[in-house]
Amino acid sequence: MKKVYSRPKSLKPTKFHYCPGCGHSTVHRLICEVIDELSIADRTIGVCPAGCAVIAYNYFDVDMIEAAHGRGCAVATGIKRVLPDRVIFTYQGDGDLAAIGTAETLHAANRGENFTIIFINNAVYGMTGGQMAPTTLTGQFSTTTPFGRSEKLDGYPIRVSELLAQLPGTVYIERCAVNSPLNINRTKKALKKAFLYQMDNDFGLTMIEILSQCPTNWKMSPPDACRWMEEVMMKEYPLGIIKDVTAIKGAE
Amino acid sequence: MAPKGKIEIDEELCKECGLCITVCRTDNIAFSSRLNSSGFHPASFKDNGKCTGCTLCAVMCPDGAIEVFRA
Repeated sequence: MKKVYSRPKSLKPTKFHYCPGCGHSTVHRLICEVIDELSIADRTIGVCPAGCAVIAYNYFDVDMIEAAHGRGCAVATGIKRVLPDRVIFTYQGDGDLAAIGTAETLHAANRGENFTIIFINNAVYGMTGGQMAPTTLTGQFSTTTPFGRSEKLDGYPIRVSELLAQLPGTVYIERCAVNSPLNINRTKKALKKAFLYQMDNDFGLTMIEILSQCPTNWKMSPPDACRWMEEVMMKEYPLGIIKDVTAIKGAE
Repeated sequence: MAPKGKIEIDEELCKECGLCITVCRTDNIAFSSRLNSSGFHPASFKDNGKCTGCTLCAVMCPDGAIEVFRA
């Protein structure tokens, strides 16, 4: 029989440290599949965040660099300006990008820096134990909102993609998810399109927001977490292309 | 009739999340009673002859533990 699916080459054969059912490792695999399909493993540089994915450099077989908490976009700006022929991506969670790194992200987008942000949105702070994140849904329980997030006390969930889409520096923003095979395949297409745009142009930020399940901190089984994302989280964060001024029509 | 496809699961990478079981259309994956070195009951291929090699389980597997073969 012929092998039709296996781990991508640029994903190291290491066991992931993530919890069972976590979406992070799915996204890692998708990024590696795209890197393999575009044959850019030798000229890709990734920027790791602080958060659950803090040791993502153990899994990608490409050059990786660790940024200070939230400063992924600032580090990526520096790399891209020194090495403009490389493909740069930052891998950031919602605590990293939407909380401590809001300023860096917003200004990198405003400058139209030419790299790709991969933004993992799981609506909680995963690594520190499930506290409320800026992206936590209204009414959602977390360890710091034991009675549910209230608008009066804690504000509203931030939709980072819509926020950045207003800036002229961003060219392609799409929100995807990794809770079903269909959404996973769409995520891969979006990642490929973002990387292709970055390789062909020298201006414009591309961002893929990926809704990712966090079964441990949502206190659900992994299949339940995937269903909850479909039924509850996607109401607040609708999937789809939020901004697209690229000329590339469909990467596949 | 010979089966159209088969999968191989790396039991050491599996973390018993069960997502492959929820997406399998032919009910061909189940948790085994063995434990792997991390203390999880890894998913195992039942090989009931209905596998089509659709790759849904491998696409869904967060840990990249599944390889799919097709005739």
